[in-house]
Amino acid sequence: MSDGLFAARGLACMRGDRTLFAGLSLELAEGQALHVRGPNGLGKTTLLRALCGLSRPARGEVRWRGELITDLADDFTAEVAYVGHLNGIQGDLTAGENLEVARRVFARRTTPPQVVSEALERVGLRAIADRPARYLSQGQKRRLALARLLVLRRPLWILDEPFTALDAASVVGLSALIGEHLAAGGLALIVSHQAFDIPGIEDFELARYSRTRK
Amino acid sequence: MKFIHKYGAPKRFYQLAGTFIPWFAGITAVLFVSGLYLGLYWAPPDYQQGDAYRIMFVHVPNAWMSMMAYVIMASFAATGYIWNIRLADILARVSAPLGASFTLTALVTGSLWGKPMWGTYWVWDARLTSELILFFLYVGYMALQASIDDARRAAHASAILAIVGVVNIPIIHYSVYWWHTLHQPASLTLTNQPKIYATMLIPLIVMSLAFMFFYLTMLCVRARSEILLRERHTDWVRKLVEGKP
Amino acid sequence: MTADVLTAMRSVFGRELLVFWRRSTEVMTALVFFVIVTTLFPLAIGPERHELMLVAPGVLWVAALLATTLSLNHLFASDYQDGSLEQLLMSPHPLSLLVLAKMAAHWVLTGLPLALLSPLLAVQMALPAKAIGTLVVSLLLGTPTLTLIGAVPAALTLGVRGGGVLVSLLVLPLYTPVLIFGAEAVAASAGQGFASVAHLSLLGAFLALALSFAPWASSAALRVSLD
Repeated sequence: MSDGLFAARGLACMRGDRTLFAGLSLELAEGQALHVRGPNGLGKTTLLRALCGLSRPARGEVRWRGELITDLADDFTAEVAYVGHLNGIQGDLTAGENLEVARRVFARRTTPPQVVSEALERVGLRAIADRPARYLSQGQKRRLALARLLVLRRPLWILDEPFTALDAASVVGLSALIGEHLAAGGLALIVSHQAFDIPGIEDFELARYSRTRK
Repeated sequence: MKFIHKYGAPKRFYQLAGTFIPWFAGITAVLFVSGLYLGLYWAPPDYQQGDAYRIMFVHVPNAWMSMMAYVIMASFAATGYIWNIRLADILARVSAPLGASFTLTALVTGSLWGKPMWGTYWVWDARLTSELILFFLYVGYMALQASIDDARRAAHASAILAIVGVVNIPIIHYSVYWWHTLHQPASLTLTNQPKIYATMLIPLIVMSLAFMFFYLTMLCVRARSEILLRERHTDWVRKLVEGKP
Repeated sequence: MTADVLTAMRSVFGRELLVFWRRSTEVMTALVFFVIVTTLFPLAIGPERHELMLVAPGVLWVAALLATTLSLNHLFASDYQDGSLEQLLMSPHPLSLLVLAKMAAHWVLTGLPLALLSPLLAVQMALPAKAIGTLVVSLLLGTPTLTLIGAVPAALTLGVRGGGVLVSLLVLPLYTPVLIFGAEAVAASAGQGFASVAHLSLLGAFLALALSFAPWASSAALRVSLD
């Protein structure tokens, strides 16, 4: 096997008592990104959740730097940033407070406090940082969730439909952000139905491993 | 580990249980007949309670089984949760209603026994009270199982509940006994039989074994039907259902 | 690393307090419930002081227990809905410790005010003055255990049909030992002057046991619910 930093082998996931996909293998090296594609209901979200350790796959293994993520446990989650369908934003806290909590609870101790304002600046929410998050629009909330990526500074990004609710300019901005992340040696797994342009990203067709009957 | 996975395959268990069921059922029948004979006919009447005490031969085994079934259920559930073994999940799930019915039987027979002893159907006797709380625990376990659709999540969630329950049962049990002694120090209770004679002990043991084998038989029967239900999409079940001559 | 965990726990604790401060109505409902339920009893039983005094320990403890059960939904439900809980599972720290911080905040916002408010209701229920101290201490020792144990069913029923009622069904049988010894401690010091120290130390033992077991169990429960 090659020296993929992040690798899954023989992965199978179930929903209820039906198998969604089986025998799935993938590998990611530094600076590499995969765009997971496929029609609805194949289990793309299930795959991402299994890859970041949120759910246990029915069979197969996921490895980070050659070790099983179930053995690494917290040492693995310290390397991953996951943005799911839900934004993970507490509506009663302001945009700034949300990121501040993320910095204190999730980021490394060495992360300087100014990353929060820098991240807000980057996603264009600096001006409304003091507003309770529940007053933000859908697109703004999504941008706030993505700003967490900049605060956490993790090598592996796992993004589930990150472009949802974003306007054209923000889509370009996020693509550029992911591009920079890859250029700096980061890894990314992206599920998206939307078209986007990131140089060097490879397609990954989930349908190849699908076990769902039509 | 390999052994568990081989015999832990639901299909293999389905066949294995099928061969065991007639034996278990036979032993159960023999034990029940002899236990009832010994308990209702052979054992002499009690000098204080007359014939009324004979309900003990049903009440006490059921009270024992209700506790034991919870521990067994929790062990299956924990096995299923920790090692991700589906057969253990299935056994835990089908074990719950059995345990609950032992508990209910213990409660009903206990209150029937209470009528001649105390002159009323319900007294806050220590054993009855702790059986009642155990019954609530069973109901909670089954309610949680029933309200989660995904089989694996239902199994694992209720496994955690069962483990918490097992840790709590001794605490609840001793709290209730302690509470009882504090409030009714001198009354006659189901808990402290004045003296158990050999003539009472033998039927009691036979009846306990009978209920134990009844539990085993029912566990196998219920597990088999649960396996068929869960594996209905697989080829072997389809063959079994269609191909039967 | 340990310093990191402490910072994270403190931040989670602070975040909870801040969020609940901004939605103070939710905290208040549990307290108001406690007050109203205890007020209902004199109305149902009659205002005779001796009768009230006899049932006061039980009534106050049952009301505290129900109020805590009612507030268990605040522990995880909103974090589950907005996805914060999912993120918490992806934190680089032991989940059980972060959950412990959440429980601590929950207790500070429900159990603690409940215990502090209880002397007022004790007077209302004609509880002798010498038992009021025991009541407060028993609630201070007992309510954290209620929060700790209650967190497990609260985590298990996330996103489940009829979750709110189901939580009470699952949790109330588990609460019986705390109820027995809590009410007994108060009754003991109200009545014949039996030492209530034994009961209180048992409540302390339950708290220690729950502290060692509940954070682990509820973080396992959260992982199952979000699987």
